Amino acid sequence: MSIEQTLNDQLALHLRVNDLYADYAHTLDDDRLEEWPGFFTENGIYRIVTRENRELGLPLSVIYCDGRGMMIDRITAMRTANVYEPHVYCHATSDVRVLDANNGEIRTRSNFTVLRTMTSGETSIFACGRTFETLIEEGSKLRLRERIVVLDSRRIDTLLVIPL
Amino acid sequence: MAQTSAHNSDFVWPHKDSSRAPFQVYTDPQLYALEQERIFRGPVWNFLGLTCEIPNPGDYKTTFVGDSPIILSRGADGAINALVNRCAHKGALVCYKPRGNVSEFTCVYHNWTYSLAGDLTGVAFKKGVGGKGGLDADFDQSEHGLERLRVEVYGQLVFGTFSNETPPFAQFIGEELCANIDRVFVKPLKVLGYHSQVLPNNWKLYAENNKDSYHASLLHVFHNTFGVVRPNMGGGVKISPNGWHHLSYTVRNSDANDAVGAEKVRSLKDSYKLNDVRMMEHALELGDLTTNAIQTVFPTLVVQQILNALAVRQILPKGHERTELIWTILGFEGDDAQMQELRMQVNNLVGPAGLISMEDGCVGGWVQRAAGADPRAMTIMPMGGSGIEASEGSRVTEAAVRGFWTGWRALMGV
Ligand code: FES
Ligand SMILES: [Fe+2]
Repeated sequence: MSIEQTLNDQLALHLRVNDLYADYAHTLDDDRLEEWPGFFTENGIYRIVTRENRELGLPLSVIYCDGRGMMIDRITAMRTANVYEPHVYCHATSDVRVLDANNGEIRTRSNFTVLRTMTSGETSIFACGRTFETLIEEGSKLRLRERIVVLDSRRIDTLLVIPL
Repeated sequence: MAQTSAHNSDFVWPHKDSSRAPFQVYTDPQLYALEQERIFRGPVWNFLGLTCEIPNPGDYKTTFVGDSPIILSRGADGAINALVNRCAHKGALVCYKPRGNVSEFTCVYHNWTYSLAGDLTGVAFKKGVGGKGGLDADFDQSEHGLERLRVEVYGQLVFGTFSNETPPFAQFIGEELCANIDRVFVKPLKVLGYHSQVLPNNWKLYAENNKDSYHASLLHVFHNTFGVVRPNMGGGVKISPNGWHHLSYTVRNSDANDAVGAEKVRSLKDSYKLNDVRMMEHALELGDLTTNAIQTVFPTLVVQQILNALAVRQILPKGHERTELIWTILGFEGDDAQMQELRMQVNNLVGPAGLISMEDGCVGGWVQRAAGADPRAMTIMPMGGSGIEASEGSRVTEAAVRGFWTGWRALMGV
């Protein structure tokens, strides 16, 4: 392959990955949460962990979904059972990087900040940290086989109900 | 109780018993200051940590008792020390990292050093330089160690107290409530992780919430919504004779499934069903059928067993309208990979994003925001009478909450 070709492929992949991150964030921020599990493969894994636990080698997650079923249950619970004050997120995703792409598996990472706005209009920095993903191609779509959200902001204000 | 007070308070309890409390208790900075002295520095056992968090000589972790920063350390002799994390010199934090292992403590400001038990072992430039400066000859180093708390280890839980009057722990909470700690923490514990959650309310609102067995099925409707309420649930509320501590528990009746140690989730409604029931599975590891046990140790500890989600929660006051809740999520040494995975699944129910616990993160704040308008107005706690008696078979009672106020008033002298 020519250098030019390689570069084109890399660029194309980078654009696709960036689009995926943007679509993911927009889906959460637009409150289209029913579409959220669809970003994952059927057996996809979603975890929110804290940087502190991770660095201590501790396995606990703030949220742990093993498979789409658990993600759907999370959203159903949020819509029908859980009680919380209404709020919205605004994700700011940055420093998206494709780490490697081998045998159809693409590993990526990003940095993120989430601003949370309550119905009062008050906005606060709710979360910040890094995400680490494994993506695979399903049909023409990139899907998350795994997304691990690592919170630097491990001190969670009030509660966490909307996924990050 | 504390008779000499650094603070003046003309606060008077406005009701004849503890079935009403004025909103002022959540909003008054002066009462908060008085609590520091009379409760947190008073005759109570404050939870500090677990023995497994500092297994080796030189291990330390930092925590708080009320507003006091605390170092919990294990000495070279294996004994556990609780020290105020405040240098005897100018008062800097001696440990500013959350945990570590050291041979001695060094305050980096002017390099004074302390033993793991808090004795002052070294003063930099003690003899001055070139015969000038330094300490006076009559400076007695032995008088300038870190302030120490009395420590008691109950099972694997470490407690500290500033007071000489605090009775032994078993006496403090009573035999009946000790039995639940013994029941849950039957094997060597290991920490599976920590959660930190900031609650926008006075610490007492969360302390009360844990004792409020009345709200559980009303506020947290996850189980009902998904039809995972199990029939034939028994249980009740136990309260220490003085009212300060409690245990609220649920026991289910035996069924054929117990033989395999897994719990069948029964769907009562068709409207919603869990797609994945793994987080509701229950391995009967404690030798009984208790599904939920929430226990409080006055003032700030909660011991939790929810199915196989074991935890201790430490309530840390952070000013009169802010509280940090530290969840230490536990498993047992010797858990196999399958058991650990089960605990990780069940832990979706608890913590700051817990499907049956997140509501407790916000309700306190709603009270706090409404309380400020009229601090003399009162919250009422009429469910189950006005006393602090235990309740067998029903959790529709506010007796344990009244018990909390009974304890608070006794210590505050109001
Ligand atoms: S403040 Fe600690 S040595 Fe001076
Ligand atoms: Fe609750």
